[in-house]
Amino acid sequence: MILLDRVTKVYSRTNTALDRISLHVEPREFVIIVGASGAGKSTLLKLLTKEEKPTSGKIVVGGLDYDKLRDKDIPLVRRKIGVVFQDFKLLPNKNVFENVSFALEIVGYGNREIAHTVPKVLDIVGLKGKEKRMTGELSGGERQRVAIARAVVRQPKILIADEPTGNLDPKYAWEIIKILEKINHYGTTVILTTHNQDIVNKLKRRVITISDGRVVSDRANARYNNEDSK
Amino acid sequence: MTKKKPNKPRKQGNHKAITFGRIIKTGGQNFIRNASLSIAAVAVMIITLSIILFSYIANATFAHTIQQIEDKIDVSVYLKDSVTEERRDQLISDIKNMGNIRSVEYVSKERALEEYKAANNDDIDLLLAISQTDNPLFALLRIKPYDVDRIDGIRDYAEKPEIKELQADETSYSGDRKEAIDNITNSTRLLQRIGIIGVIVFAIVSVLIILNTIQMAIFNRREELKIMRLLGASTWYIRGPFIVESILYGVVAAIVSVSLCEALLSVPQVTLSTSSFGLLDITYAGEFFSQRLWSILTLQLLVGIIIGAASSFIATHRYLKFKTSK
Repeated sequence: MILLDRVTKVYSRTNTALDRISLHVEPREFVIIVGASGAGKSTLLKLLTKEEKPTSGKIVVGGLDYDKLRDKDIPLVRRKIGVVFQDFKLLPNKNVFENVSFALEIVGYGNREIAHTVPKVLDIVGLKGKEKRMTGELSGGERQRVAIARAVVRQPKILIADEPTGNLDPKYAWEIIKILEKINHYGTTVILTTHNQDIVNKLKRRVITISDGRVVSDRANARYNNEDSK
Repeated sequence: MTKKKPNKPRKQGNHKAITFGRIIKTGGQNFIRNASLSIAAVAVMIITLSIILFSYIANATFAHTIQQIEDKIDVSVYLKDSVTEERRDQLISDIKNMGNIRSVEYVSKERALEEYKAANNDDIDLLLAISQTDNPLFALLRIKPYDVDRIDGIRDYAEKPEIKELQADETSYSGDRKEAIDNITNSTRLLQRIGIIGVIVFAIVSVLIILNTIQMAIFNRREELKIMRLLGASTWYIRGPFIVESILYGVVAAIVSVSLCEALLSVPQVTLSTSSFGLLDITYAGEFFSQRLWSILTLQLLVGIIIGAASSFIATHRYLKFKTSK
């Protein structure tokens, strides 16, 4: 599903974010990426969403070779990937419902399908009854859930979640993780980055540790100690 | 918790109509939801469109005043008493055929005298003096050119020996009078040029101000554009609502600026006893405006819509680019 072959990203002469990273993620896999801030996690995710271009190396996602993509294909790639951004990236002029339906509108869903699908997803993330709220009126946790609803509503083949629990109370954090597990259960490949060792250890999934732009460990059913990567 | 979502392929035919409808709807929605920004942008557009409109009307009024002055400029050719009627008619038709001639008017000796009396009817001595002799005035041809800049042509023609011998005196376009006419034509030409340059300068400045305002409005919302980009929205799906919003600014501003102009032009006619501010004939400005109300409104709408749409097109461009550097 995802293949990275000796991918390097150099921002400047003194700043190499990723150094010859090679990875392979199978379809339906649930992968956790851990690492200290500045280790290169965010850069890795940005390469997958085509926000950044690698300096060298090959990236293939869902059978698409990123080197061969033209600019006009980029929106099409992004529509296949659901992303939960660390800073939510909700649209400020839209209410909860519209933020989620936007993801469907841009793919051309009809109004009836939208009216049918969006409330269901909002119910799953626990935002029933808050459809008309503007995003500015929501708490951090609620915004996070809007962001998740938006990312999953299209049933993407790949879901990327960048620190989705970073701003949440532990009890909400675990709920969010359960949603991700459910999505994975229905066949979506999930890439999760987190700092939270409890979550990593409870999930018992494949854990990739990144440090200084390199993969330092890649183990199935792994445990993770926050202190190791510091 | 059941999680069942439709995963049907999208119908393509319907797609474009739905997307177009959504772009319009979102544009309108943003116009209302960003009320403070919309009001600010519309206000700037009202002011700038009004400036363009006012300078256009002022220039037209000014041109009208200049035209009125120029209409009074003519060249009189004084004919000897001995010129026969046939020769005179021949001369009139020759002059009419030389080009740049608006009219040739024949003024007989008798009419010349009447006009002279009418023009000097407060100068009793002069009237007395003239009534005590035979009519001392000559018959004349009063020639009006289309273009006062090329008034020399009339004089050159009159200077030809075969024409010269028909004349009792120099043409009126000589000496002091020539100087006065030349001064008037030079200054009216200058004023007309200043007027046209003024309109152009105001129009350019206005366009730049509008462009800048819309750029700032979109700069304010650049995050929104980038988010939509990240979610995989197509360029037109992102840009469309912004263009619709700017078009709405333009439409509202055009209507308000035309109404404003209408109101301002009707006030002086009603309340001021004078209808003229120096060279600006307000009555004429009012007529000029009301006669062309619909075409002016259409023009303003077009200007507002085109500038609005173009500005937001340009302003959104930079936030919609993909990173292509490695």
